[in-house]
Amino acid sequence: MSLWQRVENVFRRERLIREIDEEFESHLEAAMAAGEDPREARRTFGPQLRLREQSHDQRVVAWLDALRADVVFGWRQLLKRKIATTAAILSLALAIGACTSVFRLIDALFLRPLPVAHAERLYALARQGPDDLGVLRIFDGFAHPNFTRLRAAAKGQAELVAASFIHRTDLTYATGNEMEKGYVQFLSGTAFPLFGLQPSLGRLFTAEDDGTPGAHPYAVLSYNYWSRRFANDPGVLGRSVHIGGKVFQIIGVGPVSFTGTEPGNITDIFLPASMNPDVVREDNRWLRALAIVQPGVSLEPLRARLDAVSLQFETERAKGFAGMSPHNIEMFLQRKLLLQPAAAGISRLQDDYRRPLVWLGVLVALVLLIACFNVANLMTAQAASRAREMALRVSIGAGRARLVQLVLVENAMLALFAAALGALFSSWAAPFVVSHINPPGNPARLLLPGDWRIFVFGALLTLVVTLLFGLSPALRASAIQPVTALRGGEEPHARQRSMYALIAAQVAFCFVVLFFAGLFVATFRHLSNQPLGFDAGNLLLLETYTPHGQSPQAWSQMAETLRTVPGVTDVAIAGWPLLSGGWAGSISVNAAPPTDTLGWFVTISPGWLGAMRMHLLAGRDFHASDSFPGQAIVNQTFVRTFFHGADPIGRTFEKVNPAGRRQLCQVIGVVPDAAYSNLHDPIRPVAYVPFRQLDEKGAINPPEGGTFLLRTVGLPPLSLSTTLRRLIAQTNPAYRVTNLQTEQELVDNQAIRERLLALLAMFFATIALLLAAIGLYGVLHYSVLRREREIGIRLSLGASLGSIARLVTARISKSVFAGAAAGITLGMASVRYVQTLLFGVKATAPEMLLAPALVLLIAALLAALPAVLRAARIDPTTMLRAE
Amino acid sequence: MKHAGTLQGSLDLLALKILSRQPKLHGYAILTAIKVCSGDALNAEVGSLYPALHRMEKDGWIRAEWAEREDGRRMRFYQLTPAGRKQLAAEEARWHSVSSAINRLLREA
Repeated sequence: MSLWQRVENVFRRERLIREIDEEFESHLEAAMAAGEDPREARRTFGPQLRLREQSHDQRVVAWLDALRADVVFGWRQLLKRKIATTAAILSLALAIGACTSVFRLIDALFLRPLPVAHAERLYALARQGPDDLGVLRIFDGFAHPNFTRLRAAAKGQAELVAASFIHRTDLTYATGNEMEKGYVQFLSGTAFPLFGLQPSLGRLFTAEDDGTPGAHPYAVLSYNYWSRRFANDPGVLGRSVHIGGKVFQIIGVGPVSFTGTEPGNITDIFLPASMNPDVVREDNRWLRALAIVQPGVSLEPLRARLDAVSLQFETERAKGFAGMSPHNIEMFLQRKLLLQPAAAGISRLQDDYRRPLVWLGVLVALVLLIACFNVANLMTAQAASRAREMALRVSIGAGRARLVQLVLVENAMLALFAAALGALFSSWAAPFVVSHINPPGNPARLLLPGDWRIFVFGALLTLVVTLLFGLSPALRASAIQPVTALRGGEEPHARQRSMYALIAAQVAFCFVVLFFAGLFVATFRHLSNQPLGFDAGNLLLLETYTPHGQSPQAWSQMAETLRTVPGVTDVAIAGWPLLSGGWAGSISVNAAPPTDTLGWFVTISPGWLGAMRMHLLAGRDFHASDSFPGQAIVNQTFVRTFFHGADPIGRTFEKVNPAGRRQLCQVIGVVPDAAYSNLHDPIRPVAYVPFRQLDEKGAINPPEGGTFLLRTVGLPPLSLSTTLRRLIAQTNPAYRVTNLQTEQELVDNQAIRERLLALLAMFFATIALLLAAIGLYGVLHYSVLRREREIGIRLSLGASLGSIARLVTARISKSVFAGAAAGITLGMASVRYVQTLLFGVKATAPEMLLAPALVLLIAALLAALPAVLRAARIDPTTMLRAE
Repeated sequence: MKHAGTLQGSLDLLALKILSRQPKLHGYAILTAIKVCSGDALNAEVGSLYPALHRMEKDGWIRAEWAEREDGRRMRFYQLTPAGRKQLAAEEARWHSVSSAINRLLREA
């Protein structure tokens, strides 16, 4: 009989039994037909039931049949205890789902190789060294001339590919059309051939299209963009797209899988690197250099060679750094070239979220452990009520392995249901988290495919979870002593010990989760409560662009027009809003050499200080006739840093740019410190200079871009968007609104990562607390049930309520305290690894430890209450009568 | 009425041998054949025959199929497979070597 037939027979038990019986029946008939005595014939047959079982076992795959029986039995068991089953499945599902979500994010961001040939041999070049504040940082930008030299130096050992930082920019498919936003990446012409990519439509640009700067205005669309924006229309070939004042011709569509080299960003349009206006500039580091290293090439000699080439390039350049202090030049030249594995691509998102995701992973793993321990306790308590059934099975000859299988099958079913629900949860949760990674107007774009990698992870997780919560109850249930169990007694001590140990572990993990959540929340609150130095509320920012520049008068006229809109109280102009950009230079006072500390600048119009609600401490605001170079208003840190605290009004300083050009400014006012570009960094010395700027010959520069600031009263700023856009288009068609947002959004954006981390940590802390409390409640409930008789006797002997409460909670409070102590130790030991994620929070501060401990204590008390009440309400007479 | 019974472990051999002579037999027929061919000297137990048949079926020595008799009743008929034929040869050889050894012992001891 074939194996397949026997497998089949497992699932048609009824029919198989019928066939066996039919054969026996036909045998008897044949015997009787041959004249045998019916009674004698039946007698010789022996016990038919046993015979049937024997035959049945021969004709099925025995282990599979046993498994089938266990599944059927387990299913009935699960149905019998609906509430416990639901609780177990839900808590496991949540934990499994959370783990899977974090894994999906980690996989998509860090583990999944780029869909290019030789991803495993892909490295990213970067330079490591101190930044202007002396902090060790990694700089991964390169200037194109430097890249060309590096590429030549690597020949034979590695192929270098230039990939610009993906940037969001304005583009349009016909002049005069509304601008739209697109994500653009410049690639060296060799990129597509080296990556082994084939076009879905048309052709991809090649090395020939990337020779002469500005000569090949070709664009390749990503498949993703082609589908979204053009609904896969093949007619897109040959169309032109206007980007940054240039016209590009679309020559092809990339392969389905390739979305650029930055996980977290999906490129819409690829352009040849030689089309970047900065391709010949030595000072603009706008691209990342990726190396595809030849097989068998050792990395260190290659790195050393590239390091030397890069250093030579920068050293030559540094000779012209007249405007930089010798110390800063030295720091700059100290940077060392690194080759970092980049199989998964390379992006800012990776740098920003590497640690947060790891810690999120730790938190959800702890929650998963808590859930597993919880379910293990639930199972253990239930194993007690099933002791008799197990004993019965042992006494009719079931082996130990068979019993372990019986219980494990049941647990595996629980885990499978939980995993299925968890997968559902993660299919919602992972994209939800991604959509909250960046500012709302520009969310991170990360492909999260649910493929075999995710499935294997989920399957492994389910297996681990089953073993974690299922193995020990299974082993214990199977180790039952039939004699004791059937007599009605118990061997409770081992079981009790493990339940209390699991409670202690849950409390410890729960404490750690609460502790981290507390740190992350405190960090977020601290960051968002940072004093800004200005009022960000009701401040609308209108970023505009005029292709050929507009005179300062035109800019002021536009500001005047905007002021007429009802609800607008103040209008001012700045080069860019605070917290959105930076412009720095060395400072020289009294013609001294350039300083080590940089001064930071922002261009503003008269009235900007008032609109920002920044108050002058001394001096005056700008007049319309002030200009840069010429006048400046500085902040207190600037005064402290460059004038050593002396009254600066009327004094002068020079902004020195790297080429050594000096621009003289006279200080006409002092304002309090305010946030400049990043809330995480210390306050910088900032000089506010007039929006009206003069060139080297003293002629007025017509600004091409600027931001109008509108302070509104009595209505939400963004409600004016449509009115303002229309008004600007009517007043002067040369102006294009490229972005519209509020200053508050920029402030909020500063803490997005911290808010996300705080939010998720709080969520998991709540879950952990809930699970731990349920666990406590369950164990207490079980222990009261078990000791009802004892408590009844004690009560009848006149025990006080307090002593009963103590009796019930004595052991568990020991577990809780032991767990909390372990949790504190664990938390303190791991806190230095999270330090970089914290801001303004001291992890060892007493309140950071006290708060979670208190929360945990309250939860424990609440969880203990029902059991204590139940114990107190035991009626001794009923209890004793029942005996 | 007590019969001489079957020798321990020889039921497989007997059933296979019977089936090698007659291609399609049901359980009762195999039982009868053993009895008749041995001149009433050997008698297989019903309780051992069926488990043995089902085990040999699992091992692939014999094949079973349902077929209708003339009176319309369904019966399960067994027949030898090539693997069963090989098994029979092996069992026969083993039987001969064992029985000749026993004979030698009885003669010479």
